[in-house]
Amino acid sequence: MNPYNYFYFPGRLAWRQLVFDKTKLFAAICGVLFACVLVFMQLGFKDSLYNSAASAPLKMNGDLFLMHKQTEAMWRPTRFNRSELMRTLGHPDVASAYPMYLSLAQFKNIETQTKRTLMVYGYDPDADLLAVEAIIEKRTELRLKDTALFDESSRPEFGPMRALLDAGKNSTEINDYKLKIIGLFRLGVSFAADGNVMTSDQNFLRIFSDRRADQIDIGIIKVRPGSDVKKVQADLKSRLNEFVNIFTYDELVQYEKSYWENTAPIGFIFGFGTIMGLVVGMVIVYQILFTDITNHLNEFATLKAMGYKHGYFIRVVFASAFFLAILGFLPGFLMSLGLYRLAESQTFMPMPMTPHKVFTVFLFILSMCASAGLLAMRKLKAASPADMF
Amino acid sequence: MDKMIEVNDLSFSFGSGELKNTVLKNVDLTIHAGEIVIMTGPSGSGKTTFLTIIGALRQATEGHVCVIGQQLVNSSEYAKVKIRQQIGYIFQQHNLLKSLTAVQNVAMALEMHPGLSETQRLQRSADMLCSVGLDDRLYYKPDQLSGGQRQRVSIARALVGKPKIVLADEPTASLDKHSGQDAVGVLKKLAKEAGTTILLVTHDYRILDIADRIVELEDGIIK
Ligand SMILES: Nc1ncnc2c1ncn2[C@@H]1O[C@H](COP(=O)(O)OP(=O)(O)OP(=O)(O)O)[C@@H](O)[C@H]1O
Ligand SMILES: [Mg+2]
Repeated sequence: MNPYNYFYFPGRLAWRQLVFDKTKLFAAICGVLFACVLVFMQLGFKDSLYNSAASAPLKMNGDLFLMHKQTEAMWRPTRFNRSELMRTLGHPDVASAYPMYLSLAQFKNIETQTKRTLMVYGYDPDADLLAVEAIIEKRTELRLKDTALFDESSRPEFGPMRALLDAGKNSTEINDYKLKIIGLFRLGVSFAADGNVMTSDQNFLRIFSDRRADQIDIGIIKVRPGSDVKKVQADLKSRLNEFVNIFTYDELVQYEKSYWENTAPIGFIFGFGTIMGLVVGMVIVYQILFTDITNHLNEFATLKAMGYKHGYFIRVVFASAFFLAILGFLPGFLMSLGLYRLAESQTFMPMPMTPHKVFTVFLFILSMCASAGLLAMRKLKAASPADMF
Repeated sequence: MDKMIEVNDLSFSFGSGELKNTVLKNVDLTIHAGEIVIMTGPSGSGKTTFLTIIGALRQATEGHVCVIGQQLVNSSEYAKVKIRQQIGYIFQQHNLLKSLTAVQNVAMALEMHPGLSETQRLQRSADMLCSVGLDDRLYYKPDQLSGGQRQRVSIARALVGKPKIVLADEPTASLDKHSGQDAVGVLKKLAKEAGTTILLVTHDYRILDIADRIVELEDGIIK
């Protein structure tokens, strides 16, 4: 048999068998589609969680970062002494070192007066510790007393800030301290905070009257251009007190992500959800293919009696699996895309449909279909064709 | 080759030990090329079992079964597949693929024949369906055909590959008298034209007249 027909004939038979019963085909496609959407959604939520968790560290503008060893994640930092950070300035390659103050606080909705928790970032506006254009532009205004910027991607419960600002309503309270919102920026919400506010270090200390300037949450270091960050990190590590961690940018992002993945219960919940999605998807696809093959078992036996080899049926089953995977995946993908947009609009967390995700889910669906088919095939292998009739 | 099927001292049993059920006992049968042989016998006498052994669908372990020059007792899977490809098998239930049209069903028997183009395959299948009188039913699926028509499609499928041997297991069992005789008549006519050897198992005494020879199997013994 020529190599083209080697795949074409079984593929054609598989296709004819599939389209013969439109109702069954529709049901099978729905099953694969459902499995597809299930896995896509779980992966989507999981990725979105980890990405949004790292949205603040991702925007951090620095080369090395100091945090207390007990700080597991940025939303719940343990303070340490500013002098620890200042000592790093003694290193010849360190260009600058600035403290960043962080705290969760109650923000009053200007419209409804209800209070809700968000994250407040405080640092010297001239230091540009967050690489966010809108913040950098407001550098001068931020130096004024009792001013702050509001994160536009915060949840809507904080109020329609842009409209309010346009209408000239800009005074609100954070932890009952009155201040003015003088502009907007975009950072992104995470599971720890529904919104963000950025203010100067001076204003931060005014809002949180119990905080002191020499007790800082994160220290951000910039090295001189051309110097080796890894080497500076190693030098500083040996000089610093052992209760502080010193991270590079990549390490900081990774540290924050792995907190949510491993330490926080939420990481476990989503990991579990993803596995459940995979298992349920697998069972559905297996069930569909197994029934399909069982229904055709006696046709396969007939062909076997006519002299068809076992390999032919394996190719038929693989072809069915392939067609089902494609037919279920395409609408499943489109539906998931829509659901991602919907989820984004509801949770205000980015849910990108990455090629990586598309590839993973497709590969998963395909291998599920194929292994389900192979399992069902064993039935035919074991039975002698004479016993089929 | 004169002897198409040569069976010597064939014994076959299902199960083993206490449950051993011997179905065929020292069966001898020789069928020559071009012969039409009908095998009859009471229900449960082992006719289907015998036919499936000849058709290389069931593995025999005792005796000698030589079909088209190939020894089938304790043969390899490869040898059995080769024999199956040279035999046309007509099943008691028509066993057509329900998702394929009549002509596609018949063409399935030709997919294993190398060197035929798709057009040639379909042409030969259509010609064969014409010979069994189904010119106007080429594109019907099995569930749109009557029982007799289905059996004729299945005869066309068995014959289209020009097999040396046709094995038929009660091909008229599900048909009424008229269509049964029709189907078997077509089978005989085509087989005689092509010199095909036929071994046909039946209970149906109305079709015995097509045979050159009739053998009877009773309790696993040929009479
Ligand atoms: N797969 C099997 N396993 C065990 N015993 C079997 C099997 N197939 C048939 N038998 C037994 O072998 C015997 C012969 O069966 P076979 O089907 O060959 O009879 P038959 O002559 O074709 O009967 P019928 O005219 O009713 O079709 C029966 O007693 C049957 O119970
Ligand atoms: Mg029988």
